Amino acid sequence: GPGALPGPAVPALPRRLHLRQEERHPLRAAHRGAAQSVAILTYLSCKYQTADHWYPPDLQARARIHEYLGWHADCIRGTFGVPLWVRVLAPLTGTQVPEEKVERNRTAIDWALQQLEDKFLGDRAFLAGQQVTLADLMALEELIQPVAVGYDLFEGRQRLAAWYGRVEAFLGAELCQEAHGPILTILEEEAKKTLPVPPPHAYPGMLRRIARIP
Amino acid sequence: MSLELYMDLLSAPCRAVYIFARKNGIPFDFQFVDLLKGHHHSREYIEINPLRKLPSLKDGKFILSESVAILFYLCRKYSAPSHWYPPDLHTRARVDEFMAWQHTAIQLPMNKILWIKLLIPMITGEEVPAEKTEQMLEEVKKSLQLFEEKFLQDRMFITGDQMSLADLVALVEMMQPMASNHNVFLNSSKLAEWRMRVELTIGSGLFWEAHERLVKLAEWDCSTLDPMVKERICEFLQKYK
Repeated sequence: GPGALPGPAVPALPRRLHLRQEERHPLRAAHRGAAQSVAILTYLSCKYQTADHWYPPDLQARARIHEYLGWHADCIRGTFGVPLWVRVLAPLTGTQVPEEKVERNRTAIDWALQQLEDKFLGDRAFLAGQQVTLADLMALEELIQPVAVGYDLFEGRQRLAAWYGRVEAFLGAELCQEAHGPILTILEEEAKKTLPVPPPHAYPGMLRRIARIP
Repeated sequence: MSLELYMDLLSAPCRAVYIFARKNGIPFDFQFVDLLKGHHHSREYIEINPLRKLPSLKDGKFILSESVAILFYLCRKYSAPSHWYPPDLHTRARVDEFMAWQHTAIQLPMNKILWIKLLIPMITGEEVPAEKTEQMLEEVKKSLQLFEEKFLQDRMFITGDQMSLADLVALVEMMQPMASNHNVFLNSSKLAEWRMRVELTIGSGLFWEAHERLVKLAEWDCSTLDPMVKERICEFLQKYK
């Protein structure tokens, strides 16, 4: 629309949003921040009048994004973070995620990837249509977690692999490096023991989180 | 061609869509998809929604799933009064924030209570270990506390003086455990007052009509459950045990 900035105008990615104090206040999450990134993204899209394709004004196009995001909240969020807990975070507290939960999570991930490829992507270029939207951004950031700890998400899923590459290409190498650098080097840092060790008072919360893994 | 809504009012997301459509006088054909009979796995329904979930909307050729997406769509297409999804940027963001948070913070735990206290014992004949039940009730308590402290605060409704989609979704989900005789509103007068306010705004007639099937769930004769559906349920139950 008028005044829209060229290129991917949504600043960085949910994990790295730098909000000024005034913007931080209405959306500050006192608890878990991950769920709220959707609300933050739509807020920013509207307030900064980003390019239409991110959150198109058309009724049906926008409905497709909300449809994806609803499913994402149930089936992607949480599920795709578990490998990080398994491989890095639980060990940092000196615990292991039980093998049966690891297996169940792999099955859930496989199933979700199949739905992503078949129902949401289909033969389209992106998850909610033919252009990049907030849906693709949210999905990419979740999928990168198991990728970072060595899961092969794309074996036998060429269409999904192509989509992943397309989203990264759209964002551009520089932005991807800036936003994804830290998570993609997490195993290296773990090996070098340069990861921050959680303070003891954080353990109960972390253990509760691990207990909640189905 | 008229609007079709595929629903079973046992499901909280379906009740939200049903109540919203009825309250706003949106004409629709109620396509009943019986969850207890496993009709969401039928070939006919899989054509509508291959993910086999409820509710779904069919508006001409346009098919849409996910209750939040459906609510936003109906709100806009039928120009519902603005209090349902306020146009002010910050107020709308509050609704969006709640809608994103509620999936895992409210809907999931409320359903867990229903499964643990009623459906698992009823269908499998087994009780869930007390420790798991305790853990789950603790989680629910925390979520409700957060709901009060962050979303409701000292306001009449989540966005202020008027009800919005957020209150509707919150309430129908918090009603889910009622089917297992578990009333989450007993411990907090603030929550109970909010509940009453939302019910009265919707209209008690419509509210209780929407919840009739839910509150009668304990009377369901589950011996009529299709064995294949029962097997699927038992698999699915593993993660609650």
